[in-house]
Amino acid sequence: MAETLYDKLMSAHIVREQDGATLIYIDRQLIHEVTSPQAFEGLTLSGRKLWRNKSNLAVPDHNVPTTERSSGVSSITDPVSRLQVETLDKNCKTFDINEIQMNDIRQGIVHVIGPEQGVTLPGMSIVCGDSHTTTHGALGALAFGIGTSEVEHVLATGCLWQNKAKNMKIEVNGDLGDNISAKDLALYVIGKIGTAGGTGFAIEFCGTAIQSMSIEGRMTLCNMSIEAGAKVGIVAVDDKTVDYVKGRPFAPIDKNWDLALEYWKTLHSDDDAHFDESIVIDASMIKPQVTWGTSPEMVVDINGSTPDPEKEKDQVKAESIRNALKYIHLEPNTSLSSVAIDKVFIGSCTNSRIEDLRIAASVAKGKKIADNIKLALVVPGSGLVKQQAEAEGLDEIFKDAGFEWREPGCSMCLAMNADKLEPGERCASTSNRNFEGRQGQGSFTHLVSPAIAAASAIAGHFSEVDS
Amino acid sequence: MKKFTSLSSIAMPLDRANIDTDAIIPKQFLKSIKRSGFGPNLFDEWRYLDHGEVGMDNSIRPINPDFVLNNPQYSSAQILLTRRNFGCGSSREHAPWALEDFGFRAIIAPSFADIFYNNCFKNGILPIVLSHEIVDDLFKYSGNIVINLEDQTVKTQNQIFNFDVDAERKRRLLNGLDDIGLTLQYENQIRSFETEHFNKFPWL
Repeated sequence: MAETLYDKLMSAHIVREQDGATLIYIDRQLIHEVTSPQAFEGLTLSGRKLWRNKSNLAVPDHNVPTTERSSGVSSITDPVSRLQVETLDKNCKTFDINEIQMNDIRQGIVHVIGPEQGVTLPGMSIVCGDSHTTTHGALGALAFGIGTSEVEHVLATGCLWQNKAKNMKIEVNGDLGDNISAKDLALYVIGKIGTAGGTGFAIEFCGTAIQSMSIEGRMTLCNMSIEAGAKVGIVAVDDKTVDYVKGRPFAPIDKNWDLALEYWKTLHSDDDAHFDESIVIDASMIKPQVTWGTSPEMVVDINGSTPDPEKEKDQVKAESIRNALKYIHLEPNTSLSSVAIDKVFIGSCTNSRIEDLRIAASVAKGKKIADNIKLALVVPGSGLVKQQAEAEGLDEIFKDAGFEWREPGCSMCLAMNADKLEPGERCASTSNRNFEGRQGQGSFTHLVSPAIAAASAIAGHFSEVDS
Repeated sequence: MKKFTSLSSIAMPLDRANIDTDAIIPKQFLKSIKRSGFGPNLFDEWRYLDHGEVGMDNSIRPINPDFVLNNPQYSSAQILLTRRNFGCGSSREHAPWALEDFGFRAIIAPSFADIFYNNCFKNGILPIVLSHEIVDDLFKYSGNIVINLEDQTVKTQNQIFNFDVDAERKRRLLNGLDDIGLTLQYENQIRSFETEHFNKFPWL
């Protein structure tokens, strides 16, 4: 029977099926400091052993400072944050888990370093106690976020109970315009199907626009699948995937590489595979996107305006619009390009890879951030991304333009470390969530692409790239 | 895991759609390395008027009198009634931990986000999906609600509604079964799968 890519990936990992629940084998678990301490504690309290230490890779990312930190964990000033990172170090030592520690050049956001190190491979089943695990689907892996109880379950059993998702196909054809990126496409899709549109589904992105998209772009797109409610976002393996993986530290070599390649080439949906839902999008129609509200689905073209709740017929939706506008201090029918911003954040597991930084730097080159911008942060996704950017001189471009160039981590995407917005501050952010208080209590987040973040930093308000 | 069989309680109405896990438990409280004690910070930013941080004495913080959680009428509610897509966003299990710690054992909504829905079952919380229309009716109803997991019913004074739940999740919740213990019963099956899997995919 013709199968979708998701079906194939699931089938390859089924250990057991009973009463509609499926026990699947997990090839790789990625671990960070926030959602793992209670899992390790559970394992210890129950006296259970780790199923297979080689399956795991850990890295601290959420709590780490992005400022000077050469003294390692002791440079985390918040004692609660420090304890969490220390706890990860201790647990990895106790359970003999490979950890990339804070001051290792390879340290970075868990979803950046997985693919970067070749720890993420096509065809793998990958979990992490983090919803943005969808990112790894860009390489044709079955990857999804889990809760801490499930982190413990995978540590103890190497497996996880799953209910099979339905299949959704999002086919994107045509070419994205100049300075229009995977981020704009992701936000556009979420605006179209809503933050619950993908609930219960695994989304496969395909079509000519996806074929011509870089692997890093695909990661941005799959990363944001969860903001459409889909636990899984995937793209079929093609030559780009193979080229990306080849030569990475954890990637197979020699005979294993040939064997892997043979298998990876089967990782695509069959021609006549059945999808429960299909959506077709014309890439050429997509403009730069900016969110105006407190949910990623509250998004418009950059030359658009905030909605008018009085014109919304669905009362629950109208109330959501009212709540969001009230929270974010914008009136209905406000043109987004007229909205001034206070801060800019370029980073996060969505947009902190080298291509993102190159695009932002190309926009900022030779310019200065506007006087009203209190802080413009660039936080590379990993130490290796930072190193590469510095080798290309991107750091100098950013610094000359008035941006701050920081150490890698999750940073102001969720503001668990010291990087946060103050109440009432408005931010153009390349991250993935604009929920109330996400970047700091009482602060306002607007999600944009790296190009728009940089252009807006220069303009002082939401702005397209100046052509 | 805590058992869930039946529950009789009033429901606290939280009339908002798309409530995300950042709202349920803000990130600063995720720095804890413990599994308990999140209840006082449930919906922290809506519930209190000041900025909450770890280690504060929550009993002396100024509360937001307009937020339903602070309405004494609902102080004994073990059921949370809310709108569609509850629990979207982050996978943090701290969200169900906070809800459970506060005293909620069931949540009724027209839909839930996938990861949150799954996390509830791991913590003895029953998430119940009912149609928009029924949820609308329940928002207008202020009496006692009886939830029975075995029968898969939600009863008000005059009406009975049925809900769906996976057989396996139901069985585990009814009996308070330990997921890991159950899975390890199949240890041999997992081992033999693993051997075959690595033979087939030796690069893993």
